[in-house]
Amino acid sequence: MAASSDTVVTPSSLRQAFGNVFSLFILILIGVLAFSIRLFSVIKYESVIHEFDPYFNYRVTQFLTKNGIYDFWNWFDDRTWYPLGRVIGGTVYPGLTLTAGTLWWILNSLNIPLSVETVCVFTAPTFSAFAAWATYLLTKEVKGPGAGLTAAALLAMVPSYISRSVAGSYDNEAVAIFALIFTFYLYIKTLNTGSLFYATLNALAYFYMVCSWGGYTFIINLIPMHALLCIVTGRYSSRLYIAYAPLVILGTLLAALVPVVGFNAVMTSEHFASFLVFIILNVVGLVYYIKGILTPKMFKVAVTLVISAGLIVCCAVVAVLIALVASSPTKGWSGRSLSLLDPTYASKYIPIIASVSEHQPPTWPSYFMDINVLAFLVPAGIIACFLPLTDASSFVILYLVTSVYFSGVMVRLMLVLAPAACIMSGIALSSAFGVFTRSIKFASIGKQVDAGDTGNGVTQNDVVKPDKTEEPPKEKASRKKKKEKENVEKTPIVAKSERRLLMLPMEASVVAILLLMLLGAFYVVHCVWAAAEAYSAPSIVLTSHSHDGLHVFDDFREAYAWLSHNTDVDDKVASWWDYGYQTTAMANRTVIVDNNTWNNTHIATVGTAMSSPEKAAWEIFNSLDVKYVLVVFGGLVGYPSDDINKFLWMVRIGGGVFPHIKEPDYLRDGQYRIDSMATPTMLNCLMYKLSYYRFVETDGKGFDRVRRTEIGKKHFKLTHFDEVFTTHHWMVRIYKLKPPKNRIRGKTKKSKSKSNSASSKRSATRKKNPWH
Amino acid sequence: MAKSSATKDAQALLHSLRSAYASTPTNLKIIDIYVLFAIFTAVIQVGYMAIVGSFPFNSFLSGVLSCVGTAVLAVCLRIQVNKENKEFKDLPPERAYADFVLCNLVLHLVIMNFLG
Repeated sequence: MAASSDTVVTPSSLRQAFGNVFSLFILILIGVLAFSIRLFSVIKYESVIHEFDPYFNYRVTQFLTKNGIYDFWNWFDDRTWYPLGRVIGGTVYPGLTLTAGTLWWILNSLNIPLSVETVCVFTAPTFSAFAAWATYLLTKEVKGPGAGLTAAALLAMVPSYISRSVAGSYDNEAVAIFALIFTFYLYIKTLNTGSLFYATLNALAYFYMVCSWGGYTFIINLIPMHALLCIVTGRYSSRLYIAYAPLVILGTLLAALVPVVGFNAVMTSEHFASFLVFIILNVVGLVYYIKGILTPKMFKVAVTLVISAGLIVCCAVVAVLIALVASSPTKGWSGRSLSLLDPTYASKYIPIIASVSEHQPPTWPSYFMDINVLAFLVPAGIIACFLPLTDASSFVILYLVTSVYFSGVMVRLMLVLAPAACIMSGIALSSAFGVFTRSIKFASIGKQVDAGDTGNGVTQNDVVKPDKTEEPPKEKASRKKKKEKENVEKTPIVAKSERRLLMLPMEASVVAILLLMLLGAFYVVHCVWAAAEAYSAPSIVLTSHSHDGLHVFDDFREAYAWLSHNTDVDDKVASWWDYGYQTTAMANRTVIVDNNTWNNTHIATVGTAMSSPEKAAWEIFNSLDVKYVLVVFGGLVGYPSDDINKFLWMVRIGGGVFPHIKEPDYLRDGQYRIDSMATPTMLNCLMYKLSYYRFVETDGKGFDRVRRTEIGKKHFKLTHFDEVFTTHHWMVRIYKLKPPKNRIRGKTKKSKSKSNSASSKRSATRKKNPWH
Repeated sequence: MAKSSATKDAQALLHSLRSAYASTPTNLKIIDIYVLFAIFTAVIQVGYMAIVGSFPFNSFLSGVLSCVGTAVLAVCLRIQVNKENKEFKDLPPERAYADFVLCNLVLHLVIMNFLG
């Protein structure tokens, strides 16, 4: 390397070209890795859609591919929320569905006949590969390609993201994380280049994000925060203006195009921050401009004049804004966003949000589970971002800090933290490797000037993957420094750079590299374990290992198949809202409530029915035209997330709307129990009866394996319901409402006199009753 | 006394502003007029909304945002083609103009969609 300048140029440009090809190759491999690590669920189970929400998305995609885009926008779904129905086109984030629909359409027009389900199953892995590439681009803008490659490799297998994007997990987050990272990348790119072209792309990427996920509010608050930070710390530049101002205008308009967002894009407080910062930015831009054309003295005069006049106007505007916002009851914020700002909000006011487990705050182990060693690398990454602090790196730091806060509020938002943690760790790892390999390199140069490069090459060959990924920045950095110095003087180069660079003894750096590789290996092992064991269960097919081998519980599909084959097409099936999407998608039957949870009263009605005694429940269900009631029961096989465990939430949600349901009635001394100590209200409520009907016949004692007790009331008969189907492992039990006339005959007079004193709701339902 | 000094200051400020602005190239002045016109249109629309009401809200929104967006994009163009701005030395004005046109196209396509 220590040659004259014109011989340096050719090898270095050759090397750069080689480096580019090499990093392209690594990127492709990272994409393959991101895709294939998510296929455990397909290999271990089968190619099915997972869980709850994905079934809804799948159903919507099916509709889209069958009926086309216009019918999709106008789709009124009468299969759900009976009797209300739901306007799907206007209430759904269409990004995921449109993406998968387009993919399917493209594949089909290329004569690749894949089913819609297959396309849906593999959408998430595909997009996680894209997300890894987007991470590369983003980190490359921040800290160079080496950090980019490392971050991309980390993101490709971060468990938190895997948990949401395994094959079959066909949910909004699958494409949204890609959109999130890509939007951030384009913002940084615009910020670095100041090109309007990238600003336009940025707005379009933001549009895709708005289409895909409600989490877009994170972007529209984070980017203003960063702009404000830049202004406050005196880093305002015209590039910032170009990056921010068009994004707000275009982004707002584009967001308003998405039906589910609509006018919310300008009406709710989530978006106000962006407008406020937009105004501030314009003012600041004007101030900088005037400062540029005026002499400093005149500028001072102008400032004193403007400030005295401007303060009054500002106060007036702020007062009007505050009055406007305060006049709305929730201060213009939606429930979910409020529970982000005030973590106790949801549990206080909205049981329906609090009841979802992924809306709970996470525990410490879940951080270790979900981001693993990255949690320890992140602080190092922050330090690396401060040397030197650029606009881009300050953005990444801000992103990390805010996402750490949000992940602390809701488990689900750990997903937003994961890319930030990957980027930070990528930067940290890459700069650490940079320092170590550089010191090895210079140490070997010090010994033998010509063999510097080969010595470095040898150490690099030992290092498998993470070291390869850090190759470009180190090369670049060292090359740059070398070039600079070569122009000045040649011979004392080693000594001087040794003093200048942060040098470590060669042995220490070799050990450190080995340790870092060990850390990386640990991370990889953990990720593969998490992908294979923890996050790949589809939750509609369950397996358990016991001493006599593998058991497969396919009860859900068994029950839904029974429903679709044995019931009438227009029959209504009532169940707790968790199973609404699956019932409509797999059994194609109308449900009363589903996972969309937009109508709290309706859910509360079902919750009330489940927590009422049999007769009252029958009346509620009959008023809703329900034919079948479906309950999920895990007591026989020990499936913990069954309806009995969710029952307290039904009571809470039901009690929130219908005050005659009181939670303490179901608790004995504040404890939730179903054994002989349980309260009579509990033992007589519909949920208990439907779950444990005939349960004692299985083992003679009625031992519940989830609660690990014997049940309280073992022998009882159902008066208003008929058991029609129970699956193989008793996990799903389906009951039919008994027809009314058998029950009411002979009691007509009595019930008539009763109905006067009964509640108005009940009498209303009686009137509707045709047999009465 | 204080008042008169303030007015004097203001006069001096206006004078120096005018003299400083006089030296701007003509193409930038044209852009400035364009920006002012867009802002003026937006203000008229907001005033109209205040008097008549915002009933077809999407029309109002797209009208105002069209004006504001045009102004913002023009300001961006002005920043980019300004010769005194050191940050964009290697950006040719043709490229800046092409970006501007593209961005405007997207903006107004969206607005046409949103008008309803």
